[in-house]
Amino acid sequence: MRFGEVQGVLLVRYRGTVVVTLKETIFDPQGEAVKNSLVAMGFSSVTKVRMGKHIIVYLEALNEEEAREKLADMARRLLANPVTETYEISLVEVPD
Amino acid sequence: MTVTVRFGVVVFPGSNCDSDVYHVIRDVLGQPVDYVWHEETDVSKYQCIVLPGGFSYGDYLRAGALARFSPVMRGVEEYAHDGGLVLGICNGFQILLESGLLPGAMLPNDCLEFRCGWVNLRVDNVDTPFTLEYHRGEVVRMPIAHHEGNYVLEKDPLEAVKKHCGITFTYVDESGRPTRDSNPNGALLNIAGIVNERGNVLGMMPHPERCSEEVLGGADGLRVFRSVVRYYS
Repeated sequence: MRFGEVQGVLLVRYRGTVVVTLKETIFDPQGEAVKNSLVAMGFSSVTKVRMGKHIIVYLEALNEEEAREKLADMARRLLANPVTETYEISLVEVPD
Repeated sequence: MTVTVRFGVVVFPGSNCDSDVYHVIRDVLGQPVDYVWHEETDVSKYQCIVLPGGFSYGDYLRAGALARFSPVMRGVEEYAHDGGLVLGICNGFQILLESGLLPGAMLPNDCLEFRCGWVNLRVDNVDTPFTLEYHRGEVVRMPIAHHEGNYVLEKDPLEAVKKHCGITFTYVDESGRPTRDSNPNGALLNIAGIVNERGNVLGMMPHPERCSEEVLGGADGLRVFRSVVRYYS
């Protein structure tokens, strides 16, 4: 934790992770190609592969709730495309 | 009567078809044209804005996703809402989708390859300011060059697009049929280009600027730009 520079407010530093994947209803040719390769290698138990993006965002916020809201806003407006993608957010507090 | 139609070609970091569009408008079409840098915010002095192809912002995150938030797009969005003509080609189409000026999204081509070559297109809507010089159902040839051209749209917005005849260009075979083999990227209903309900914003994956002179193998694309001039005549 550290003191914020502007208003003297205590801000907490977080490492947020946003995982963006294609909606289940959207065909994922990349995932399909990787699945086929895995099966061809002998991993015959693989039934499905879905590809996505793993985005790490460091941010400061008053608390976890605010950090989560900010991340969700980023995900909605930029990190994921709502037409084709969904996202999941996770957060951990990190030292300075 | 000869009309003057002033075009603006937006240049994002990573645009690479801007010079081609500029050349066609100035040297082939004979109309005034300016480059519009992505930091400009007012595009209201132009009669038509072109978002050219390329790899704006390196296609980072998703094609068109970062360009959508550049300063010029605020001006372009305002301009489009005021009825200004906006033509998005390839990456420009992707930017129009990301900005919500057109519905839908692009996925990587279903073949997972960058597709580069000539395609046959059927012109389905000739009532737009960009297609006045075509005949309905006409099959034309234009080049494509993209990795994310696999157009998707959910059921309800698709019905809305169909209702206003928004599907403007369709990938077809030589006889005008939208077959699986004539679809280079897996796009829904072989869609290659759509126009918004108002008719002032068109996005298309093929490159009309690359086929505006016979010396380049065909001139079917020139009619997109000529249509805009005719629209103002």
